[in-house]
Amino acid sequence: MAAIIQTEGLTRRYGAQTAVDGLTLEIQEGEIFGFLGPNGAGKTTTILMLLGLTEPTAGRARVLGVDPTHDPLLIKRQVGYLPENVGFYDDMTGRENLRFMAELNRIPEDRARAKIEEALTIVGLNGEGDKLVGAYSRGMRQRLGIAELLIKDPKLLILDEPTLGLDPDGVNKMLDLISSLNRERGITVMLSSHQLEQVQRICHRVGIMIKGRLVALGTIEELAKRKLGDAAGPNLQEIYMRYFKES
Amino acid sequence: MWTICRKELADHFSSTRFLILFCLILMVALVSTYMAASGLREALEGLSKPSQVFLMIYTTPGKFISLVQFIAFFGPLLGIVMGFDAINRERQHRTLAKLVSQPIFRDAVINGKFLAGVITVSVAMVSLLLLVTGLGFLTVGVVPGPEEIARLVIYLVISVAYVSFWLGLAILFSILFRSLATSALAAVALWVFFSFFIGFASDLVANALAPVNNPRDPDELVANERVANAASLVSPAVLYSQATSTILDPYRRTHRGLIVTGLMERISLERFQSPLPLDQSLAVVWPYLTSLAALTLICFGVGYVVFMRQEIRSV
Repeated sequence: MAAIIQTEGLTRRYGAQTAVDGLTLEIQEGEIFGFLGPNGAGKTTTILMLLGLTEPTAGRARVLGVDPTHDPLLIKRQVGYLPENVGFYDDMTGRENLRFMAELNRIPEDRARAKIEEALTIVGLNGEGDKLVGAYSRGMRQRLGIAELLIKDPKLLILDEPTLGLDPDGVNKMLDLISSLNRERGITVMLSSHQLEQVQRICHRVGIMIKGRLVALGTIEELAKRKLGDAAGPNLQEIYMRYFKES
Repeated sequence: MWTICRKELADHFSSTRFLILFCLILMVALVSTYMAASGLREALEGLSKPSQVFLMIYTTPGKFISLVQFIAFFGPLLGIVMGFDAINRERQHRTLAKLVSQPIFRDAVINGKFLAGVITVSVAMVSLLLLVTGLGFLTVGVVPGPEEIARLVIYLVISVAYVSFWLGLAILFSILFRSLATSALAAVALWVFFSFFIGFASDLVANALAPVNNPRDPDELVANERVANAASLVSPAVLYSQATSTILDPYRRTHRGLIVTGLMERISLERFQSPLPLDQSLAVVWPYLTSLAALTLICFGVGYVVFMRQEIRSV
């Protein structure tokens, strides 16, 4: 297994405030990595640096072997990023939104058409593709967001709070979708969230970030052993609260 | 960039507000042309050898205002309407983060939007001018000569540059202000100031810098007027209206200045007046055109730089 994301002392400061402080992290190919932390801990800033949308103040990152500050386009071509609360052009249909994204990714037209149908089928929206996105429910919008990423055949998905504000059924569908993409297509997933039981359900490894620092990294079992002792079961909620109180 | 440009074009041409504004401008333009043209026909009956008649359709202020004045007032609105929500709408709908995480350069977003706006303006202006010209054929019955056509084409270029300036300004505000209403109001405020109040403002500057203590002293009057003129050239609206009236009215040499002429004087002046050749008109207009283009580029350039340095995350 090769590292798909690698960072070394990645730091981002805004004035006197340090948003991300010396982050060193490796994410292996084929895993689902849960990136946890309270709001404002620096998760989104880290993601933006990985995509080359923000320049790091210090340290370096490699995504798919490429430095994001040097060649962001090469990374963006292979990485699907779903921002928190992703938006769409509400006056266009789902298919039109997908087509626009396909054009931005310079996917040739006939291939794009096939890809759009495939992506809609995967996320279970092929019956809704011709409705205006303005009429979509939140769960449908979120799944359309995933479909937008799939049309470029990504090697890596970076999902920022993909289940935020979904109803329980929507959450289940989303989590199933993410793990099936990982299982069946071998797509590596980096998932930022603070909904812990969801993370526990699908993630292989987690990292906990608090106030810009990565305070824990490992599988949930490893972290449970380290923090709660051998007897305790792997409960991410308890582990997280321990780390949170300590910091 | 072309992908974004194409999408924006589709958005512009199908957006209700653009269609409403364009229909409004078109309607007023046709009405004012018709009035100007019918007035013109009556006026021409007494003349033996009129020259450059066709251009008068555009510059004669019928009962209302002339077409050129009208476009000078409402063209900016077209640019503002297309640009004021260019970037902050994407922010509000949370599509900007998604857009810039696609494999495109970030400047493709703003370039594509500006280009789409300029194309839309060009299409609107060309179709407007063609319609008006057609109406002119019908009502006046004169055919424009090659020189007049050349003048019209130059007028078109200046007008597109002028509306593009307001488009650039509106896009700049859409980058600077998060709220749609703020950027729209800021752009409209500048428009009102530059179009309607610049006269007062330049007088104010002139009176401060070159006060007229003795209204009979010609030197003081001239100095005052010079400063006022220079100050009013800050306004792209003034630049534009002076440029277009020179290009469309061959009898005009320079912007009308201060010298108040009596009736006899004016008649004697007009006797010696002959139309300025096209290249001479162009020479008069050239500085105006370059300053207008420079202002447009500055506006767009500032917007470009701000947009490129802005943090994407602060959505």
